[in-house]
Amino acid sequence: MTTNFDKPAPKAADPGRPMVKAEDVCKSFGAVEVLKGIDLEVGSGEVMCIVGPSGSGKSTFLRCINHLEKVNAGRLWVDGELVGYREKEGKLYELRDSEVALKRRDIGMVFQRFNLFPHMTAAGNIMEAPTQVKGISRSDARERAHQLLARVGLADKANAYPAQLSGGQQQRVAIARALAMDPKLMLFDEPTSALDPELVGEVLDVMRGLAEDGMTMIVVTHEMGFAREVGDSLVFMDDGLVVEAGLPREVLTNPQHERTKAFLSKVL
Amino acid sequence: MTTPPTPAADKQPAKREHIKAIPVPHYGRWVAAVVVLVGVGLLINAFATAKIQWSMTGKYLFDDQIMKGAGNTLLISLASMALGLVLGIVAAIMRLSGNPVTSTVSSVYIWFFRGTPVLVQLLIWGNLALVFPTMFGQNTNDVITPFMAAFLGLGINEGAYMAEIVRSGIQSVDEGQTEAAHALGMSKGRTLRRIVLPQAMRVIVPPTGNEFINMLKTSSLASAVVYPEVLQKAKDVYTNNLAVMELLFAACFWYLLLTTVFSIGQYYLERYFSRGASRALPPTPLQRIRANLFPTRRSGVEIR
Repeated sequence: MTTNFDKPAPKAADPGRPMVKAEDVCKSFGAVEVLKGIDLEVGSGEVMCIVGPSGSGKSTFLRCINHLEKVNAGRLWVDGELVGYREKEGKLYELRDSEVALKRRDIGMVFQRFNLFPHMTAAGNIMEAPTQVKGISRSDARERAHQLLARVGLADKANAYPAQLSGGQQQRVAIARALAMDPKLMLFDEPTSALDPELVGEVLDVMRGLAEDGMTMIVVTHEMGFAREVGDSLVFMDDGLVVEAGLPREVLTNPQHERTKAFLSKVL
Repeated sequence: MTTPPTPAADKQPAKREHIKAIPVPHYGRWVAAVVVLVGVGLLINAFATAKIQWSMTGKYLFDDQIMKGAGNTLLISLASMALGLVLGIVAAIMRLSGNPVTSTVSSVYIWFFRGTPVLVQLLIWGNLALVFPTMFGQNTNDVITPFMAAFLGLGINEGAYMAEIVRSGIQSVDEGQTEAAHALGMSKGRTLRRIVLPQAMRVIVPPTGNEFINMLKTSSLASAVVYPEVLQKAKDVYTNNLAVMELLFAACFWYLLLTTVFSIGQYYLERYFSRGASRALPPTPLQRIRANLFPTRRSGVEIR
């Protein structure tokens, strides 16, 4: 599959400013503490992979970034703006739903189970948000949808319904759907975990192409090969905490913590 | 001790002998068919020799009064169903909302109207003038006409049932759909309208069709508040000419006609809303009939 994407690099932010910054982010569901103080930074154009055992809080952290989950403590910024709240004179104000929605436009998310809209065709899925949220005309949106489908290698599937596509094809449509909003940040929540092994490659190829084009990406994954080749940084999370972070090659070949070593010995 | 399966490519073109076995005789089926046919024959004979003047039924089938009654049956059913649908959607959204007041009010509404017989409710609407002599500055009996009593009684009762149908439809949609829509920056209202409700329709439409067909028949209770639907009209006629059974059969004809027509409409509506839910389109009516007539034969058509 060609990954020679025609899209220019995403909107440039301040060079020094991180795209995502987390400070002591905590999240609990009832009495269960899922995140116990996450600190990290993702630079503009960086690809960060997050690995760790299930239940370590990786997906929850990802969902906090676009406010699908509310943070209980700590602060989270995307492109310099606080997520979910407005801070004024030392007080936090919850953002209205419409304000949250406005911010989410700039953050693409790809889910483990694709979550395509089953009552719409592939092209319809991609056109939905641009036409409904941004008010782009249907003809322009359709043209863009066809470009995006070509970009993920599915030019001939515009009129197919999700049920008629394989898992790998559905996930590629889901990526195209997220890209249609021209996001400055892409979140991937275990994008290949629900796929048959032979379909994983086609999705990773698309993601690799995106990374080469300079998209800022946070990828929760179990694909260590992808993390090593494409990732600029690797974070190992366990039990709601960042255990280890660094260059993927270093973390994978020379882990410092016992917990990381134990995890990697099982998955590598 | 097992031998590994032969790869298809290495397989010799075998001389296959096709199985010609003697089928299992289904004696029980023959017996059952005969018993049922005898029963049906006796029933037909009983009605054919009964003291029914079938010509009377035929004569009144397209009588002006009866036709007008059938039209009223259709009118009151459509109107009450529309009211029920609106109330149902509102009550379902109220019940699912985070606001404890609206959700409690909705629950009580559903509890009351599902918990009391619709005939009692109709009689209450029809007798409202006994407790509220005036309404909106007018004589209550001028406001609550037989049509209004039937419309409110049937519609508000229907709303309680529709609320539960709509609620279960909305809840049947995977949460991932809402999340995906929110992640794309869609508002709550837009997500409900564009993403959740269209998918909920697939769950909502079949029971709603059943509700409507029930409504066509339940509307006969409106005769209790002297609304001139087809049963009331038939009663009016037979109190004069005493052809009771003949006119009841005439009314049956119209109910059957209406329910049949709307059953067919319901089928096409369901077919429309199931698009995208399965790989293949649902079967056409012809395939369905064939599959029903020969249930043992594998026609490759799944009946849902």
